[in-house]
Amino acid sequence: MIDPAYTPAEATGIWVFLEHDRGQLAPVSLEMLAKARELASKSGAILTGLLMGHELDAIAGEAAHLDLDRLVVVAHPLLDAFTAEAYAHAAREVILRERPDILLLGATPYGRDLAGRLAVTLRTGLTADCTDLSLDAANGLLLGEVSGFGGGILATIACANHRPQMATVRPGVFARTEAERAAAAPIERVEVDIPASARPVTVVARHRQERADISRADRLVVAGAGARGQLPLIEALAGALHAEIGATRVAVDEGWAGRDRQIGQTGVITHPKLAIVCGASGATQFTVGIDQADLVVALNSDPEAPIFEQADLCVVDDLLPVVRALVAEFESRGEGAP
Amino acid sequence: MNGELHSLVCLKVVPKSEEVSVDRESKTLDRGHARSEINPPDMNALEMALALKDRHGGRVSLLSMGPPFVAPMLRAALAMGADHAYLLSDRAFGGADTLATSLTLAAAIRKIGDVDLVLCGEESSDGATAQVPPGIAAWLDLPQATYAHSVAFDDTRDHILVVREVHDGEETLDVPLPAVLSVKVSTNEPRFMDTARLVCLRANDPVTTWTAADLDVDPGHLGGAGSPTSVTGLGEVAGAGSGRRREVLKGTPEEEAHLLYERITEFLRSAGMPARGG
Repeated sequence: MIDPAYTPAEATGIWVFLEHDRGQLAPVSLEMLAKARELASKSGAILTGLLMGHELDAIAGEAAHLDLDRLVVVAHPLLDAFTAEAYAHAAREVILRERPDILLLGATPYGRDLAGRLAVTLRTGLTADCTDLSLDAANGLLLGEVSGFGGGILATIACANHRPQMATVRPGVFARTEAERAAAAPIERVEVDIPASARPVTVVARHRQERADISRADRLVVAGAGARGQLPLIEALAGALHAEIGATRVAVDEGWAGRDRQIGQTGVITHPKLAIVCGASGATQFTVGIDQADLVVALNSDPEAPIFEQADLCVVDDLLPVVRALVAEFESRGEGAP
Repeated sequence: MNGELHSLVCLKVVPKSEEVSVDRESKTLDRGHARSEINPPDMNALEMALALKDRHGGRVSLLSMGPPFVAPMLRAALAMGADHAYLLSDRAFGGADTLATSLTLAAAIRKIGDVDLVLCGEESSDGATAQVPPGIAAWLDLPQATYAHSVAFDDTRDHILVVREVHDGEETLDVPLPAVLSVKVSTNEPRFMDTARLVCLRANDPVTTWTAADLDVDPGHLGGAGSPTSVTGLGEVAGAGSGRRREVLKGTPEEEAHLLYERITEFLRSAGMPARGG
């Protein structure tokens, strides 16, 4: 076994990495804070937010009112744009000084980049892409629930002897709370030394695209492989219902919808009240993303499609005539309006 | 970069995810009935490496960790145009988490030597953690660029420009070589293997197998023994969908649509999202 950077006996507190961009905290950071607060109240741990970047005064002022006990701010010019190398270098210094017991990061591109690199430089374990977190009642260890094989298998993972216990959490799995502090949490500014050589990579351009966030949409109309050639109709149904469009991986690979609308294991976990799934076969990789829907409607021409096992209302028929008639019903009566 | 470009592609052989189940008695994964395949995103990494070789010359090595039955799949990947394959095969590697896996792959890359570019798929279809590429980069103290769509060399050929996907768009990174890349799934169309090349490979087998003894690593840092994390519980997602009503609405398409319309509007009303004006 590789020697731990520090031992469980030396470790204390729960830390949450607060990801931010253009002055906005990432939704997953707020979701993790809610869960971390729940864990902290069980164990009596201090909850610390870790904010890294450059020129952080405004966002630190805002973050200090989140439901956390203290805010650690690491500011440095070489942290102005995210690079895994510089962020991991700085985070490692701070972690080794402060020795948290648990460190949570969002399973976003930046969060995963940082977590994977940092875990190795700290010689500790990382439970990636958790769909739930809890504390072991017997020994207080962090238990991360992860799914594998397209979401069909769930495993619980613990890190017994190495610290910090690191986990990344998928966006959308925890509900954020509105809990806020009236008085700002104490802000501790930590100085770190980052040599220029610790930032070998330069961000030379950034192209932002408007991304849909369908993780909290109330209503979804979802296109699967069987929706080939029917996209205008699917869009009409979504329009009539004031629903967002979602898509399976196949549909996204075909270019029928953007990657931001992909539902499932490698896409978004959604929480709609209503999901109308058109022409999806129902692979577990996809259905894990709609499990939490209140009502699932499935349309598919194949009576054997597994999607029907996961649906409340099932229509076994060709998409075209059914969806066309359904759009006509909603459009003539307008009952779909929110 | 000194001389020719040497790319190394990490390939993971995974069971086809839809064919894996959990043995409810033993709480272990039943992979016995699952066919194997090269992790699909790794094929995109291989295609990116082969395209770089087409454009800039040089050579492509393959690296995989797995049981001996992986070797024929490496030969198929060689037949697509790679030059040499290294298979890390030893019971001591088994049960590795991301720390031990990335350590083992990094040790092999160090031993292979003179690698300019390490390419991996963005994540594996079985574990889907995407943590191994940054882990390899950290062990080797190399820069990383994940979720890459495209790579281009600058004039000096000692840096690459990588376009990669991030949460709200794309960014272009200037990355000095050597470096570790992870390649976004579906970013290219992997080529077919060249069957003439496959025949040629049979005569002159370029698959080197290494065991733990071949790597300069403390055996205690390998496999399950070297993994800080451990699985404490395992289960199949059985609850999912089991509470669903699975009610089939039957009729002509118009009748089905009408039934759906009634049930959906009734549901929306009961869910506090009533009809127009509500």
